[in-house]
Amino acid sequence: MTRTTTTTRTTPAIGAAMTRIEGPDKVRGSATYAYEYPLDAVAYCCAVGSTIAHGRVRSTSADAIRQIPGVLEVLSHANAPRLAISDGSELAVLQSDRVAYRRQIVAAVVAESFEIATEAAGALEIEYDVEPFAVELKSDDPDLYRPDKVNPGFPTDTEAGDVDGALRSAAHVVDHTYRTPAYHNNPMEPHASIAVWEGDDLTVFDSNQGASPVRARLAELFGLPTGSVRVVSEHVGGGFGAKGLPRPVVVLAAMAARVVDRPVKIAVTREQMFAFVGYRTPTIQRVQLGADAGGRITAIAHDVIEQTSTIEEFAEQTAVATRMMYAGASRRTTHRLRRLDVPTPGWMRAPGECPGMFALESAVDELAIATRLDPIELRLRNDPPTDPETGAPFTSRNLEACLREGARLFGWSQRHAEPRARRDGRWLVGTGVAASTYPARARASKATAWARPDGSFDVELCAADIGTGARTALTQIAADALGAEPRRVRLGLGDTNFSEAPLAGGSMGTSSWGWAVTRACEGLRARLAAANGSVPVAGLAVEVDTKDEIERRAQRPAHAFGAQFAEVRVDEDTGEIRVARLLGVFAAGRIVNPMTARSQLIGGMTMGISMALLEASLLDREYGDYLNHDLAQYEIATCADVPMVEAHWIDERDDFVNPMGAKGVGEIGIVGTAAAIANATYNATGVRVRDLPIRLEKLIG
Amino acid sequence: MTRISLTVNGEPRAVDIDSRVTVLDLLREHFGLTGAKKGCDRGQCGACTVLRDGRRVNSCLVLAVSADGSEIVSVEGLAGDSDLHPLQQSFLDHDAYQCGYCTPGQLCSAVGALAELAAGSPSVVTGEGSAPTLEPEEIRERMSGNLCRCAAYVNIVAAVYEAGRSA
Repeated sequence: MTRTTTTTRTTPAIGAAMTRIEGPDKVRGSATYAYEYPLDAVAYCCAVGSTIAHGRVRSTSADAIRQIPGVLEVLSHANAPRLAISDGSELAVLQSDRVAYRRQIVAAVVAESFEIATEAAGALEIEYDVEPFAVELKSDDPDLYRPDKVNPGFPTDTEAGDVDGALRSAAHVVDHTYRTPAYHNNPMEPHASIAVWEGDDLTVFDSNQGASPVRARLAELFGLPTGSVRVVSEHVGGGFGAKGLPRPVVVLAAMAARVVDRPVKIAVTREQMFAFVGYRTPTIQRVQLGADAGGRITAIAHDVIEQTSTIEEFAEQTAVATRMMYAGASRRTTHRLRRLDVPTPGWMRAPGECPGMFALESAVDELAIATRLDPIELRLRNDPPTDPETGAPFTSRNLEACLREGARLFGWSQRHAEPRARRDGRWLVGTGVAASTYPARARASKATAWARPDGSFDVELCAADIGTGARTALTQIAADALGAEPRRVRLGLGDTNFSEAPLAGGSMGTSSWGWAVTRACEGLRARLAAANGSVPVAGLAVEVDTKDEIERRAQRPAHAFGAQFAEVRVDEDTGEIRVARLLGVFAAGRIVNPMTARSQLIGGMTMGISMALLEASLLDREYGDYLNHDLAQYEIATCADVPMVEAHWIDERDDFVNPMGAKGVGEIGIVGTAAAIANATYNATGVRVRDLPIRLEKLIG
Repeated sequence: MTRISLTVNGEPRAVDIDSRVTVLDLLREHFGLTGAKKGCDRGQCGACTVLRDGRRVNSCLVLAVSADGSEIVSVEGLAGDSDLHPLQQSFLDHDAYQCGYCTPGQLCSAVGALAELAAGSPSVVTGEGSAPTLEPEEIRERMSGNLCRCAAYVNIVAAVYEAGRSA
């Protein structure tokens, strides 16, 4: 039996504010996250972290711990299954006695209950051979080195013209060092995994930003065909980069389940979220700007120092945005790293742009003061018509529109350029601006579109919805490509049984997945047309892979832009600082879903407030660890810190970046925010804070 | 093991429980009610917030044995016989969540916060000697024990305010 399916529809779903598809499940508490899948005879695993920063595990009291009723097994390097991995990975869990950083996993307890596992893990005694360690990033460290590339594959250094000469002859020079501390991503859902073996088939329920890459890595580590591993990640409680790569716990869960021959579940504790799941490196950034008398930049130099671990290299691309942001004939960017006895840093929302644009956009504000130009005017004078490094035209560059529209909405013309010019009782009030940018890229993806005989569609790919609204946006994209109402489309993601797809990261989700969804749906629509809308009982499917199309297309610099405006109030006596208003205007291509896009933008901006005023992972030099490893001491913004955050966007559609004309919005919201707040703080107080966070002790005395 | 009896979302329950088990783990690991979330397990994030005898509590800080005889309402029980509690609908309408992991705690906390406001219980932002009124500043203050890393805060405040005004 066949039915006829029609695919004509004129009202586009893209651009409509659509409530999240999984919203009802989330507000009812019925959305299932990784740790929550009910399984019979599940055992609980608790990871044990090293109490030294560098050295070797000599022995453990595993034999005594195994005698505790309810303990099923104690794992350490002495008895853990061997993985197909060489040294040099955070995923080489329990593969050697080496300790590369404090609280690296050195053992694990598997038990009948969470309580038994936790107590037994606490009772496990471990003897170490302690070795000297270095954990502090210093600008004059003789062991700084030049990495071969910076994340994900940018040149480490770039240079054009004569920077030093141009600085010497510049009418105005700004030369300062800016510092950002380490930050920990801290999604609300700690990483969690449940592993289930059936023979040599492994199923993992895992909290990650990309189930396909997790599957590939698990297959490799356990020596399995990829088809023998299934990863399910239907709902993910945030990631912000920390879940972009497989983490040690998913490996540990699979290992422990193998050993005890039962399903095993593990959740990272909040304390452990500060240990082995990634973080943003601290940075030390020297920025030098030279300008002529008219405020035109003649020289830009951005030299960055940051850290990595001894087991893996991660080089944050902190100065990369400086390469394309402003005009100027003489330019230099460099990145230097120090291998320290610390956990490997990694992606955190807008790696590179986020810390880098704090420094650059603070320096541009300082140049505005030096040149006595309005900071918006200074930016407009240096807004390049083409990519300043390559001369190639941007696919679209609407920074100017963002600055002008933001100024209008914010009421920038009311501003006093002189610091300390505005007060409200004991509050000093100031305003500041900074620019935002983030690349618009896409990765290859597969997707499958099914027509069903009842007139509905299934669109399936192993994308991730970590809170971005991907499930909803992809439904809208599919609906338009199919010419169908969104309610006729079921969107399946977060399961490796679906078509392989790249991870959620780099603001590439909508672009990469949406591209594949568009092509799959277009293909299906064509097949339906050829079949006169006739759908067999088994359904009609088209699977596509955008690899060739993406590799073939011409390369041009493609970026989203934005402008952020902050109003801060500083108590003149106590130094208490509040962000009274934060307003952003973005040029991010076509906005697929205004409702969820706005949430992502204000979410990024709010995380930017948090970065500017609150967040800092504080180093313990004695034990070699981050001290404030919980949410009472690692402060993040909460309701009371965020009275008013507004996100707007200009009408932009960039058909070069992908078939939807949409750039990503996941990261740009946090880029430039901290600089806008630091610049506003200077305007309020006359105090320039160049090392984040801006805390009250830096503003008084 | 200790025998306890309590009411969960209106349903009487009796269970023999390890005295180390928290109300949060009782709900999640023993009753299969995974709506309340474990974000920190030490009372710092609010994701585990439930109502105990009508008041909001961090269920990760309450041992199950000390909840003997309590009435617990978790997110799964908020709507009662309705499809959605007005706050749940308001969260949908205002997109007051992203990843959804803090959402059950935000919702239970909001129910508690609105009840505290209605009862005239002051907060630090309430004017000296005056009764608190439903306004965004009060909501921001009272909801600040529930962290949201996606930072849906401005939408959460709008959602709670709207639901409070319609109540």
